[in-house]
Amino acid sequence: MIRDPKDLQRYTAQERANHWVVGICFILLALSGLAFFHPAFFPLAQIFGGGVWARILHPFVGVLMTLSFLGLFIRFRALNAMTPTDREWLSRIGEMASGNDHGMPEQGKYNGGQKLMFWVMSASILLLFVSGILIWRAYFGFPVGLVRLGAVVHAAVAAIMIAFIIVHVYAAIWVKGTVRAMWYGTVTRAWAKQHHRAWYRQMTGKS
Amino acid sequence: MALQSLDIKQRSATTTPSPSMRQTPEVAKLIDISRCIGCKACQVACMEWNDVRDEIGSVDGTYNNPTDLTAASWTVMRFYEKENADPFDFEWLIRKDGCMHCADPGCLKACPAPGAIVQYANGIVDFHQENCIGCGYCITGCPFNVPRISKKDSKAYKCTLCSDRVAVGLEPACVKTCPTGAIMFGSKEQMTFQAGSRITELHGRGLTKAGLYDPPGVGGTHVMYVMKDVGDPGAIGLPTDPGISPLVSVWKGVSKPLATFALAAVALGSLFHYVTKGPNEVSKELEDELDKEDVK
Repeated sequence: MIRDPKDLQRYTAQERANHWVVGICFILLALSGLAFFHPAFFPLAQIFGGGVWARILHPFVGVLMTLSFLGLFIRFRALNAMTPTDREWLSRIGEMASGNDHGMPEQGKYNGGQKLMFWVMSASILLLFVSGILIWRAYFGFPVGLVRLGAVVHAAVAAIMIAFIIVHVYAAIWVKGTVRAMWYGTVTRAWAKQHHRAWYRQMTGKS
Repeated sequence: MALQSLDIKQRSATTTPSPSMRQTPEVAKLIDISRCIGCKACQVACMEWNDVRDEIGSVDGTYNNPTDLTAASWTVMRFYEKENADPFDFEWLIRKDGCMHCADPGCLKACPAPGAIVQYANGIVDFHQENCIGCGYCITGCPFNVPRISKKDSKAYKCTLCSDRVAVGLEPACVKTCPTGAIMFGSKEQMTFQAGSRITELHGRGLTKAGLYDPPGVGGTHVMYVMKDVGDPGAIGLPTDPGISPLVSVWKGVSKPLATFALAAVALGSLFHYVTKGPNEVSKELEDELDKEDVK
């Protein structure tokens, strides 16, 4: 069912499916990873059938997330190139957060914050993948110095990534009319005009 | 509750105190390298008491057999050939390798599984395999390269200092079997004293570099060596100043509770942002404007 044929298509079905695979992997990885991160979170291992299962599954899900994120990276890399406008947007992010977004620079499909999110995620997943391989003892045996470094990098980058994802999810909830783009791919014209005016003009040909 | 003689001092991945009402004297095993003849009786006794049998390996050209510690070989005699200045003065330095039972155990610090590694009040560091998840973090934490993950069950194993025997007032199996008395066992205090008198004796016999290996970097160990040259532990494959790697300390130290609070702060900060600032709605004005355009 299409609510309004004039809605704008923001994501294709493939793009949405790809994002959901990454998202589900992330949730599984965060829950099982936190279990090893601090004893306070160890009970989360029960979701996976206990500590041993969490330890076995976590790296495989990690590989799946890396591969599926590669799909997102290829799809959205060009759209996330940083421009001077994005830097200006980022420098005024406080205004945006305070709820006063009328004076913000005009944005294309993605604003500076979204682009920053994209590049932080890309870097994080790359670092998590490499450091994760270093500490995957079931299949690899690296020198202990590298394993120690891998463990620190993996934990630190994971904490940063989880913090950014909390912001990512919150931003989608905060900006009304956004979450539907993830579910069925469309946004209203008013949403686009308000938040991504340059993209709105590009999509509709209007001013 | 563990046996009284096995009261627990520290428990892996546990943030509250372990039962610690009672004081148990600290024990120690003293290995006198100057008295070891490399007979490997200790290896046999270890296999026998603990009922572990390693797979038959192959000879690598040395007397080391097996060639390394494994999940089933918790102690291994390591033979080091030392050629001194005088070409006829060839020496074998033989070290019984195994867990050092550090006072500050890196394995326990690194372990993420609650209760998989415990340190008893008597100082013995023990692995409880039923709680082990097989991640191998203990190997990452150990400054002496001791724990081994079994290929069979993916659990970590190492010397228990015969905690089961010690609990009931017996000495470890290797100590009982040693034919030259090179392995001794008692309270840490007693063993330190005994080492002192042995070292004085060795000094008197011209081995002026002899000394006790009880490295302070790991808080001291509950397995100590009397060495012929305490200034050069590298000659028998021991680190000069072992300690928990700074990387492991950063990884497992204060940064984790801090990161946990930071994550909670981000999540709560988001919630309160929503509650105080309200949602970012699409403006009614814009919607009406677009509706008007449609009517035209």
